Amino acid sequence: MHPAPSVIIFNTFSGIGFGLLFFLGLGFPAPTGWVAFVFFAIAYIMAVGGLIASTFHLGHPERAIKAFSQWRTSWLSREGICAVAALIIMAIYGAGLVFFGTKLTILGWVGAVLSLGVVYTTSMIYAQMKTVPRWKHWSTPALFIDLSVAGGALLSGNIVIALIMLVIAGGMTAYYWATGDKRFAESGSNLANATGLGGIGSVRAFEPPHTGSNYLLKEFAFEVGRKHVQKLRIISMVFGFAIPFVLLLMVQASASHILALFAVISHIVGVLALRWLFFAQAEHVVGLYYGKR
Amino acid sequence: MTTLPPPSAKKLGLVIDLDTCVGCHACVVSCKGWNTENYGAPLSDQNAYSAAGQGTFLNRVHSYEVQPDQGAAQLIHFPKSCLHCEDAPCVTVCPTGASYKRQEDGIVLVNEQDCIGCGLCAWACPYGARELDAAECVMKKCTLCVDRIYNENLPEEDRQPACVRTCPAGARHFGDLGDPDSDVSQLVAERGGFDLMPEQGTKPVNKYLPPRPKDVEPEIDILAPYLEPVAQDAKGLMGWLDKALTAMPGGSK
Ligand code: SF4
Ligand code: SF4
Ligand code: SF4
Repeated sequence: MHPAPSVIIFNTFSGIGFGLLFFLGLGFPAPTGWVAFVFFAIAYIMAVGGLIASTFHLGHPERAIKAFSQWRTSWLSREGICAVAALIIMAIYGAGLVFFGTKLTILGWVGAVLSLGVVYTTSMIYAQMKTVPRWKHWSTPALFIDLSVAGGALLSGNIVIALIMLVIAGGMTAYYWATGDKRFAESGSNLANATGLGGIGSVRAFEPPHTGSNYLLKEFAFEVGRKHVQKLRIISMVFGFAIPFVLLLMVQASASHILALFAVISHIVGVLALRWLFFAQAEHVVGLYYGKR
Repeated sequence: MTTLPPPSAKKLGLVIDLDTCVGCHACVVSCKGWNTENYGAPLSDQNAYSAAGQGTFLNRVHSYEVQPDQGAAQLIHFPKSCLHCEDAPCVTVCPTGASYKRQEDGIVLVNEQDCIGCGLCAWACPYGARELDAAECVMKKCTLCVDRIYNENLPEEDRQPACVRTCPAGARHFGDLGDPDSDVSQLVAERGGFDLMPEQGTKPVNKYLPPRPKDVEPEIDILAPYLEPVAQDAKGLMGWLDKALTAMPGGSK
């Protein structure tokens, strides 16, 4: 699948932003006044910034309001509703902390659940796609939620939880890669049953239907980035999980804010690479018709 | 509404005969010709006269080589457009309700006024039947020429999809696949019509007819055995030439 920058930015930053809102909603931490303002500002910039970035890949963003209507069947619609609900509830909860110094505990919990709900509904947009076997698996939502909670714990300063979640998210990522590499073959889709000609003999794409490219090839048969897979996997592991883990251990000893900042930056770099791979490596079955992956 | 309607009794669709399709692409051209100036936004082209030209098409013809265990390879031309699936995953993913499946005849359509161009429906389609138009930024797909098949302003014989009307080989058939007695259903039953990617669970309405088995030509020439080439080993002048050429540098041994 084509790794559109707008969607990678959305997935990375909204994931971390809603993860931070999750911890703020639970009350870990529950600062008041200016400190609360800074925490909420960071969370909203990331979550809302990501959402806005995601509208850049729409053909008609001016009609985006219509996307809230089909929650009965569409995960994208559910995600939109969940995001608006989470942002409104957390804004009220945040205003309580910032301006009135009061903690609306129950509202915070609801906001926390909705914030993770956004991450879950986002992940289901991918996990529902039978056409992309790498995504069509329970581990897609698990990976998204792990990444979001790890990022949220890191940003909210919950060092012990962050240490644990970095290990879990790193392990989940490794599992996702190892099993994901086999899923296309396991899906049972191949050129033989895509064309229905497998009964006659072995099928080979002989001549494509068009000499130039087209929407399908650009969107689904993204083969360019796959040659650097191993390098990018190492980058995501080292920057996304290993370096932040070590830095956090040092933060725990020294309480250094600078080191914590480096841990956050390193994590974001690693997750950007990971999200890029999530798309670049995902193979759509339509590629079969073109003899491509 | 993106909730799929209960399966309709009437299921309009195409039956494509892979045995007779000659890969002329006439259906591709007539489809583009009709659909660029009728239903919805036109089908744009980008840099049409350059080496990197491309555009939106609702029907495309692939060509495959199939190599049987024995005998010669076969070349099979393979037209592909929306299969108007009964369990259309492209419809249920749509967040706006722009994509829908018609209750009355099962045709899958896009209401372009509602489409935000998110592309999710194209992601959900296993067959590559949907293309986002690069100029209009809305999703385009085969409408089964919904504006021809019911169009009383057209002469009776033109009330079928443009591709079917145009196919010079008679490789494309249009009709009601929900009715077991219709011509198209009979054809599918007779020729063993099949679904593309059945494991995707989309239950396509369109069916494909397999290429008929190739005949093996029997030996009918009674004189042939007497006309077999006689000399296998060259003698005399030819033999000398053969040896001399083989001995030269680069000669085959
Ligand atoms: S062929 Fe693709 S676009 Fe057409 S109904 Fe089936 S899934 Fe939808
Ligand atoms: S591109 Fe248009 S028709 Fe397709 S899912 Fe998005 S809004 Fe619906
Ligand atoms: S017009 Fe008929 S013969 Fe020509 S490519 Fe289309 S289906 Fe095949």
